[in-house]
Amino acid sequence: MTDERDRRQGDAAPEGASRAQAPVDPGVAPADADAAASTPPSPAFPSAADAESGESADERRFTGRRAEDRALESVHADRVRAAIRTEIAADDAADAAALEAEPAPTPAAAPSAPVVELRDVYLAFDRPILEGVSFTAQKGETVTVVGESGTGKSTILKLILRLLVADRGDVMINGQDIERLTFQQALDIRQKMGMVFQGAALFDSLSVFENVAYPLREHTDLDEEQILKRVREKLEYVDLDPDQVLELSPAELSGGMQKRVGIARGLAANPQIMLYDEPTSGLDPLTTATITHLIMKLQHDLEVTSIVVTHDIRSAFRMASKVALLHDRHITFFGTPEEMAASDDPYVQTFLGGY
Amino acid sequence: MALLQRINAAAKSKVFSLQEALVLAWQAVRFIFARPFYTEDVIQQMDAIGVQSLGIVVLTGFFTGMVLALQSAVQMARFGATTYVGSLVAASMIRELGPVLAGLMVAGRVGSGIAAQLGSMRVTEQIDALNVMGTDPIKKLVTPRLLAALVMLPTLTVINDLAGILGGMVIARFYLQLPTGLYWSTIWDQISSGGFLWLLPNDFVHGLFKPFVFGGIISLTACHFGLRTTGGTEGVGIATTRTVVTASILILVVDYFITQLLLAILPS
Repeated sequence: MTDERDRRQGDAAPEGASRAQAPVDPGVAPADADAAASTPPSPAFPSAADAESGESADERRFTGRRAEDRALESVHADRVRAAIRTEIAADDAADAAALEAEPAPTPAAAPSAPVVELRDVYLAFDRPILEGVSFTAQKGETVTVVGESGTGKSTILKLILRLLVADRGDVMINGQDIERLTFQQALDIRQKMGMVFQGAALFDSLSVFENVAYPLREHTDLDEEQILKRVREKLEYVDLDPDQVLELSPAELSGGMQKRVGIARGLAANPQIMLYDEPTSGLDPLTTATITHLIMKLQHDLEVTSIVVTHDIRSAFRMASKVALLHDRHITFFGTPEEMAASDDPYVQTFLGGY
Repeated sequence: MALLQRINAAAKSKVFSLQEALVLAWQAVRFIFARPFYTEDVIQQMDAIGVQSLGIVVLTGFFTGMVLALQSAVQMARFGATTYVGSLVAASMIRELGPVLAGLMVAGRVGSGIAAQLGSMRVTEQIDALNVMGTDPIKKLVTPRLLAALVMLPTLTVINDLAGILGGMVIARFYLQLPTGLYWSTIWDQISSGGFLWLLPNDFVHGLFKPFVFGGIISLTACHFGLRTTGGTEGVGIATTRTVVTASILILVVDYFITQLLLAILPS
């Protein structure tokens, strides 16, 4: 333990300082943890105390699941949960005020067939990626898939889009098993889905207008006037001024604007299902909040079913109806954010504690 | 044993890559005849591949023609055959140098461009985005480039030949002091000798069939390596280099076999 700590301290400390948050390390900075329980912490601007406590937070990430750590976590699990609940409550209040309504419409009490369902899915390339992954998303729900980097979160989206086919198990869309479709049928299914890529993936040879119009030109019979109207409508929906951005090329936009154009493009064909791959990665905290809010607005206004892959646990909790935690090639937890915060599972707690 | 396994793995990956390239070629060709037609993309690619390569093709053709005339004049002077310099320049340009030079120049200029563009689109997930929006990337990206190259490479070659012949004419007129009329009449004698079905001179069959094949080689090689790009920006660089090297080698090798084949089947 000591050896490993010594080895890690040198290179991990600066990174740890920026990652550390008050509720992460109640053992070292109890005053901070208590403060966090009453006020939502600000991850972007860690205090000096956070920076000091950062070292041991990072050690815990790196030294893995050692007995001492587990003991430490179980002692302070209540504080972690309390802090997260407070965060959820604060965020919910803010969202409710902004949307002037309930942020997440709860699906009907007796749910019909799930819009998206993964049943015991196995996938391997050179090594196993997913083993027995199952979860469901009902109509109007937002399911966030969280997990560490490189655990195959984005692969799940590719399976839902049928860009990949599972080795075993079923991927069902509206009760239909998409594994058995022909290529053409798969294209048809995809037209019901909108996808927002991690790097927005806008076509850089086309203008913003042509980008958002692309799915319409490909798959609808709308005339030019209707396309222009739809594109303007979608751009306005994502809080962009059509007159300013229509003729720009994607390279002239900021990262946040690119993401929003990406969302507008995903929305253009009025999909039933929206898929987001790391929608908030690489964005500043304010833009992250804007994008998170936008995804929630979509869910609220249009009742689209959303699958959001993210490692940003904060926005994941804000927008999720259900959270699926991917660890060790399968879903170790699937439930509401509240259930997740209340979970006793050691990995769930470590994962939450890591943020 | 480990060495054998590594050789086995390397060979498998080569064969697999070749198989993928052939499947890509087959699909790209098949999509030429299937709706929807991306006419706009084809025209755009014709501009990128053809019109924008005009400058380098004219320049290389002109200088090659000049150097050909110079070199051959020195050799032919020994036999007192300097007057036939036009005939030699025309035959060399139309049959060999025109197609091969245009092919190599376009492989360098356009092949690298296509590989870099498709490679960047791959690593920035734009290819996935096309798939997601229900567009087949092969149909949208590869087929227009293939079509454009199949049309533009022969066109560029004809222009290259002409530039070469004009370059030869400059040397013949001002260095060898040959009358321009004589230069052109030897060229006419050369290209009108022998004819495929009495319509198309043999030289033209060689000179137009080759660039047609080279156009396919360049566009498909570039698209193949571009679409297979992995590993971020570094991967794009690798794809670009591989495209230029592979396409250039293929052009030179295939050129030999086409020549052999055409010499065998065409009456001289």
